[in-house]
Amino acid sequence: MTTTTPTATADAELPRLRLDTPPLLVLPILALLALPLVGSFPTWVTLTVAGLAMGMMIFIMASGLTLVFGLMDVLNFGHGAFVSVGAFTATLVLLPMQGWMQADSVLLNLSALGLAIALAMLVTGALGWAFERIIVMPVYGQHLKQILITMGGMIVAEQMIHVVWGPDQIPLPLPTSFRGVILVGDAAVEKYRLIAVAVGLVVFAAMFLVLNRTKVGLLIRAGVENGEMVEALGYRIRRLFVGVFVAGSALAGLGGVLWGLYKETLTATMGGDIMVLVFIVIIIGGLGSVGGCFIGALLVALVANYTGFLAPKIALVSNILLMVAILLWRPQGLYPVAKR
Amino acid sequence: MMLHRLLSGDFPRSRILALALLAIVAALALAPFLFPGARALNVAATICVFVVLVASYDLLLGYTGIVSFAHTMFYGIGAYGIGLTLHSVGPTWGAVFMGLTIALLLSLALALVIGLFSLRVKAIFYAMITLAVASAFAVLASQLSDFTGGEDGRTFGVPELLRPGFRLVEAEVFGTAINGKLITYYLVFFSALALFLLLLRVVNSPFGRVLQAIRENDFRAEALGYRTVVYRTLANCLSAVVATLAGALMALWLRYAGPQTTLSFTIMMDILLIVVIGGMGTLYGAVVGAALFILAQNYLQALMKQGSDALVAVPLLANLLHPDRWLLWLGVLFVLSVYFFPTGIVGKLRNLKRS
Repeated sequence: MTTTTPTATADAELPRLRLDTPPLLVLPILALLALPLVGSFPTWVTLTVAGLAMGMMIFIMASGLTLVFGLMDVLNFGHGAFVSVGAFTATLVLLPMQGWMQADSVLLNLSALGLAIALAMLVTGALGWAFERIIVMPVYGQHLKQILITMGGMIVAEQMIHVVWGPDQIPLPLPTSFRGVILVGDAAVEKYRLIAVAVGLVVFAAMFLVLNRTKVGLLIRAGVENGEMVEALGYRIRRLFVGVFVAGSALAGLGGVLWGLYKETLTATMGGDIMVLVFIVIIIGGLGSVGGCFIGALLVALVANYTGFLAPKIALVSNILLMVAILLWRPQGLYPVAKR
Repeated sequence: MMLHRLLSGDFPRSRILALALLAIVAALALAPFLFPGARALNVAATICVFVVLVASYDLLLGYTGIVSFAHTMFYGIGAYGIGLTLHSVGPTWGAVFMGLTIALLLSLALALVIGLFSLRVKAIFYAMITLAVASAFAVLASQLSDFTGGEDGRTFGVPELLRPGFRLVEAEVFGTAINGKLITYYLVFFSALALFLLLLRVVNSPFGRVLQAIRENDFRAEALGYRTVVYRTLANCLSAVVATLAGALMALWLRYAGPQTTLSFTIMMDILLIVVIGGMGTLYGAVVGAALFILAQNYLQALMKQGSDALVAVPLLANLLHPDRWLLWLGVLFVLSVYFFPTGIVGKLRNLKRS
C-alpha cells in the first residue's frame, strides 16, 4: 500500500508517503465512460456490479500470489491448483449437505457455505504448506526452475483432483437464498454477486488492516521492500514467508469456492484457466503490490464485462489490450514495488 | 569429416546416446517399411514433428533461459496458415506456399512484438505475458468460427502428390505401396531432419554461444558488449519461425488444423515435459525425449489400462493407474527431473561416461 503509518512513539511525525492517485481515478473514469456507451442506466448498473463481483473474486485469488512474489521473489505458477482444490473441497461439504443448502433459510444456507469455505481454506492452506516445503523450497532464487517446478506441481495437483473426484464436471448449485436477483430501481442485480462483492471487500479490508496496522503486516511490508534488512534485524523471514504462502493458498481456496459457486460447475482445469486472468491482474497492479492487485482485478473484470456487452468479439482480447495500455502508461504496473 | 560438418561439431559424446540416436533416426527413416499400419506411421510422423518443435523450444528454454508459454501459438499459426489457405484457395502447391508465407510473417511479427515488449525484463515476466497472449490467441481461434472452423477446426485437401490415393509407382516396394501418404511422410521426415540440423548449426554458432552466455549470466553478457535484448529477441523469432514450420508440417500430415491438435495448453505442457525429461540445453534431448514421450503417449496407456483393470478392486489405486491419468505420472517425473537431473536423459547419459 502507499500509505504508511508512522510509529507511535516518534517525536516528530514521520513524512507520509504521498498517495499515488492517478491509478485510483482510472476505475471511476472507466465506469463513467462506459455509461454513455452502454446507453441504459439499469444495464450499466448490472454490468458494473457483475464486473465488481468478478473483480473481487479475482482479487481474492490473486492477492496471495502477488504477496508471495513480492516477499520472496517466488512466482507460483501452480497457484491455480489451489483454486481448483478449494472449489472441489467445498463439494465435500456442500453436496452431502444438500438439505441445508436447499432449505429456504438464510442461516442454514450461510452455515453450510461457511463450513465449506472453512474446510476449503483449511485444506488449501495445508496444501500450500506442503507445496512450499516440497516443491518450492529447494529452488529459491532460481526463476527458471521455479516456473518449471510449480508448473509441474500444478499438473500433478490437477491430475490428483481427477483421481479423487473422478474425471467429470461436478455441478455446484447455489444455496436457495442466494439465488435470484434484487431489483435496484430498474436494474436487476444478482444476489450472489452482491455477496461476492461483500466478501471481497471484507478480505481486502482485513488484508489492508493486517498489512498496515499490525506488527506482522509491518514485517511483511518491510520484507517486500528489503528482505535482507529484515533478516539482519533479527526476524525470521523464512517463517514469515511460509505464513504468507499458507495464507495466500488459503485465500486462493476461498476464491476457488466463490468462483465455483459463481460458475456453478467445477472442472479440474478451472484454476489453471483463471490463472491467465490472475497473471494479467498482478502484472497490471505491479508485481508484489496488494493495492495494485486490487485495482487491477477490478479494472480487468470491469473491462471484460463492458466489452463483453459492447463488442463481444473484442472482449476475448480485451484483457491483453488493457494490459498493453497500462504497461505503456506505467511499465512496472500501477503501483510498482520499490525493489523492482 | 562430413559428419562433423553435418552435426556442426556437436557430437552426442556418449556411446549409449549415439546408439539411441542412430536407432531413432534409422527407425524413423524406415518407419513405413518397418512398421506397417496407419497408426505406427502416424506415431512416427508425430515424433518427427515434435522433435523439431521441442528442439526449437529448447533453443529458448535450454539455450537462452527464456520460459515461453506461447510456443504452441506459433505452432498453431503454422498449422492454421496451411489449413485455412488450403481450405479456402484449394489444394494447390501455390496455396501451400502462400499459407506458409503468411504464417511465417505473422509468427515473425508476433514474436518480434512480444519479444521487444517483454524480453527487456525478467524471465518470469515474459512467461506470464506469453501465457496471457497464447491463451487469448487460443480463445480467438476457437471463437472466430466462421474463419477458423471453431472447435471443430478445418479439414482440407492437400495437393495431388500428397494424397493417399496417389501412386508414384504401381508396384509395391518391400510390401509397401508407394503412395501419397508415404511421400508426405518423407516430406515430413526430411524437413524435420533439415530443420533439426539447422538448429544444431545455430546453437553451435557464435550466436548460439552468446545465447548460452546470456543464459548463464545476462548481466555479464551485457557487460561484454552483447545487446542481450537483441539476442533474446532474435532467438525468440528464430524459435517461433521453426515452430511455425513444424506446425505447417503437422497440418500437411494430418490434413487438418484445429485447436486441440495445435493450440491447446496440453501440447504446451507436452513440450515442456519433453524438453525437461529429454534434457535442457542439448538438442539431442529433444530427439530422445520426443521419441520416448510420443511412444509412451501412444502405447503406455494400454499398459496402464491393464494395471488399472487388475486393481479394479482397490478404488483409489485403480484411479491412479487409469489410462487417462498418465499425465499424473509424467508430472511427477517432470518434477523429479527438474530436481535431480536438470540436464535430463542426455545429461545423465553423458555423465555416465565421465564417472
